[in-house]
Amino acid sequence: MSNESSEAPISAATLNSFQPRSQAREDPAWVRWLLVGTTYLVIGLLVAVPLIHVFHQAFSAGIGEYFRKLGDRDTLHAIFLTLMVSPVAVAMNVVFGLAAAWAIARFQFPGRTVLISLIDLPMSISPVVAGLVLMLVLGLQSPVGQWLRDHGWQIIFAPPGLVLATAFITFPLVARELLPLLESEGVDEEMAALSLGASGWQMFWRVTLPNLRWGLLYGIILCNARAMGEFGAVHVVSGRISGQTDTLPLRVEKLFQEYDNPGAFAAASVLTLVAILTLIGKSVLERKVHRG
Amino acid sequence: MKTITRRVLPGFGLSLGYTVTYLSLLVLIPLAACILRATNLTLEEFGRAAWSPRARAAYWLTFECAFWAAAINLVLGLVVAWTLVRYRFPLKTLIDALVDVPLALPTAVTGLVYANLYVSDGWLGQFLSPLGLEVAYTRLGIVLVLVFTGFPFVVRSVQPVLAELDAEEEEASAVMGASRWVTFRHVMFPHLLPPLLSGFTLAFARGVGEYGSVVFISSNIPFKTEIAAVLIRSRLEEFAYREAAAVAVVMLGFSFVLLTLISLVERWSQPHVK
Repeated sequence: MSNESSEAPISAATLNSFQPRSQAREDPAWVRWLLVGTTYLVIGLLVAVPLIHVFHQAFSAGIGEYFRKLGDRDTLHAIFLTLMVSPVAVAMNVVFGLAAAWAIARFQFPGRTVLISLIDLPMSISPVVAGLVLMLVLGLQSPVGQWLRDHGWQIIFAPPGLVLATAFITFPLVARELLPLLESEGVDEEMAALSLGASGWQMFWRVTLPNLRWGLLYGIILCNARAMGEFGAVHVVSGRISGQTDTLPLRVEKLFQEYDNPGAFAAASVLTLVAILTLIGKSVLERKVHRG
Repeated sequence: MKTITRRVLPGFGLSLGYTVTYLSLLVLIPLAACILRATNLTLEEFGRAAWSPRARAAYWLTFECAFWAAAINLVLGLVVAWTLVRYRFPLKTLIDALVDVPLALPTAVTGLVYANLYVSDGWLGQFLSPLGLEVAYTRLGIVLVLVFTGFPFVVRSVQPVLAELDAEEEEASAVMGASRWVTFRHVMFPHLLPPLLSGFTLAFARGVGEYGSVVFISSNIPFKTEIAAVLIRSRLEEFAYREAAAVAVVMLGFSFVLLTLISLVERWSQPHVK
């Protein structure tokens, strides 16, 4: 390593471990104060105040009123619907994520890179466009939708449509976590299991899946948070029938439009709580995954 | 090695088959159907639906707001990433954790809270209104919620690069007499440019697609505060499916361009990142 400066004959690695103590890397005090102040201001106004505001508004009329608002029949149904729709959509994407990660990380085949970028595609599509696209295929104005209705299946303006829209929006979230993890794991343990006579499924359940467990959980948590909060796509396919196809985020909007602020904030507080729990779970898991 | 594993490891056909089937059924076929639906229109009809003055105003507003929000995030994100990496200050861990909130908070909640905070008699709006700054139900409000939703992208892409920067370069620059600003501008900034750019495009793309929070804080008036996603929804509510599909196809086209742009930026920034 060449040292242009005689004052710093220490390696970069040692220096980095002591940072930011090194003199030359220290900013003037006024810059430090300015930047730290800006950070407090930005995070405070942008994130902290809105978070506090949700709970402040939700509880502004007292705890009793809060639970009365949450106990509203349509709000309760919206919570129930969100709790039904999200796990199904997440489960669909977990199965897909496992299959896609296995195929892409373990095998070489033509079109592999195209497949990888196609998996990311749904994330870059506006949720409203995603909802519209599903509606055009499965709605009553399309032949497929009519055929489905003739056979007693209603997809659009019904819970199955909500599940599909949610699954579409959260499509790559599990696969994206599993793919790099599986690639870094290597095949040695799986090969060992196979050579000792395990069947393919035995290898999957006993070796592959246990190795992926934290990454999988991480993906599920992220996917679930997005699924529960999904708004745009669900908005289009739901038809917004109170007490039937309103998920919790849609219920928030409806209450907002009805000028029922305490009700809207009570519903929003539940979603905010989910978001906070997600972030806590995420940071715990991040530490676990990094430790291996 | 790959060719060996293909013969030995099981499940190739099953996993790839399932992946492709699921992808096609849920994503590819619906997308194709939407594009087909739009191509059912004659070119003139398509033009009238997708490129009407109202639609053009909506596209322009969408991109304008997303651009300004991403530009603001470029500056704010760099400042926050810098302080988080370089300084020690009270509540640092909490602030670091709060950066991720926009990724996890449902957009409907964002919209609700921001609209409520910034109406003229709201917690924050009451201070801004006398200054002539109306946020709720204006374009300013749209930019504000997009700043919120795109905020983590710049911070999270700059942070690791900043932490890995070579201390020796900075030391050398300082020893040779460069001021702190010159060091930042000429020694550090070139390393930070690729992650800044990648954060910018990610925040921009997110802003272009954002719907939930905007619906709450914008008055959604055509030509004034109506973004493309809201236009699609209004067309749908009029049961004008083909017109909605035409606008959606234009937005899909923009998404593809953005997606390509993101992967180009990422590929370009790869060699710079250690």
